[in-house]
Amino acid sequence: MITKRIIPCLDVKDGRVVKGVNFSDLNDVNSPVELAKYYSQAGADELVFYDITASSEGRGIFTEILTQTAREVFIPLTVGGGIKSLEDFERVLNCGADKVSVNSGAVANPKLIGEAAKRYGDQCVVISCDAKLVDGVYRVFAKGGRENTGLEMIEWLKYCVDNGAGEVVLNSIDTDGVKKGFDLSMLAKVTEAVNVPVIASGGAGGVEDFVELFKALPKVDAGLAASIFHFGEVKIEQLKETLALNGINVRR
Amino acid sequence: MIVIVDYGVGNLFSLKSSFEAIGAEIKVSGEPEDIRQADKIVLPGVGAFRDAREKLAQNGLDQVIIAEAKKGKPLLGICLGMQMLFEKSYEYGEYEGLGLLKGEVVPIIDDLTDKTLKIPHIGWNALEILKDNPLLKYTKNGDFVYFVHSYYVKNCEESLLAVCDYSTPLTAVVAKDNVYGCQFHPEKSSNVGLDILRAFCQIGE
Repeated sequence: MITKRIIPCLDVKDGRVVKGVNFSDLNDVNSPVELAKYYSQAGADELVFYDITASSEGRGIFTEILTQTAREVFIPLTVGGGIKSLEDFERVLNCGADKVSVNSGAVANPKLIGEAAKRYGDQCVVISCDAKLVDGVYRVFAKGGRENTGLEMIEWLKYCVDNGAGEVVLNSIDTDGVKKGFDLSMLAKVTEAVNVPVIASGGAGGVEDFVELFKALPKVDAGLAASIFHFGEVKIEQLKETLALNGINVRR
Repeated sequence: MIVIVDYGVGNLFSLKSSFEAIGAEIKVSGEPEDIRQADKIVLPGVGAFRDAREKLAQNGLDQVIIAEAKKGKPLLGICLGMQMLFEKSYEYGEYEGLGLLKGEVVPIIDDLTDKTLKIPHIGWNALEILKDNPLLKYTKNGDFVYFVHSYYVKNCEESLLAVCDYSTPLTAVVAKDNVYGCQFHPEKSSNVGLDILRAFCQIGE
């Protein structure tokens, strides 16, 4: 059967991984290519590269980094950050990305989802959603979580999936960075509402949070995190071993 | 020289890179002459069957591939490229494949016994090897590979080498004589995938 996926996320700015990285066994801990290779060998099931550069120069460096990574790392690569048009899809897919994740770009232009799915296939289009509980309603936020779009989360995600989004990354603004576990109630709502893979993001502080995630919500397909992997607080090999001991099917 | 057939379907960058990573001499080409000159042929493919099949027929590439395969040249189909090796597909209609292997391509969803499972079948799944073959000489039972597909090949007992479990056994690896196929993406299946490509490169050596 399909395994639960563990996905490290690399935020890349001007060709470097940002958000502190603390690895003693890597020569260049901020090199996205080195880090990607390291994670791939450690058993990561997939990698997410998030482009947080704003300049076109930075964007050029990012695509170069992506190309280098795809040349050396042979697991699925998802790319996000600054995806606003079909040209953006084309640009990163040509560099070897397998999936493209859209967030604010889809909120600004909801038709992008359907157009991209038609051209590249549903499996290629990932809707990434930053959500937060506001007065008892889950709302979608854009611009890196700064702007309340007013969209209701489930309505929005159903629209995206109906139009061809093949996967959902759900990032809870409420739990992100708190390191006290994933937002299980938000995730539960989403897994009940859509029938495509759901990737949980935001809140992992340790191995036990992943165990709790997959035990409480068997419909969640993957867990994504950044700093706890980069800082070595959670080692992927140990994480998978613990998940396996808890009866969760993982690739080892 | 191994030639990856470029017929305008999907991006071949990762596949080419994976062959380069194992030190193979590789060329991506849509020229019939290159395919005739190749020692081995790789037929990739993503997207819908009909569209890919039509594109492959342009420039008569399909006939070149069939002719070379019938001469005994090793041919490896990957994902939709594997599905096209068979006789027929029922993806949004009924279409003829290359007919090099016996079997047909059908929707996974019709055969799931657990209807709560998601389609496409996407992610890492374990191989259950049913028959030994040089293509799998480095592969162990239970090794994980990466799948992305909504249709699968059925009634292909003659060539079936390995399956994976998705509440029903899904055809994962096939081979008959010099014609090979992987439903999953070896170029995205880490070391297990690279080993399968390496084994393909070594066939006949």
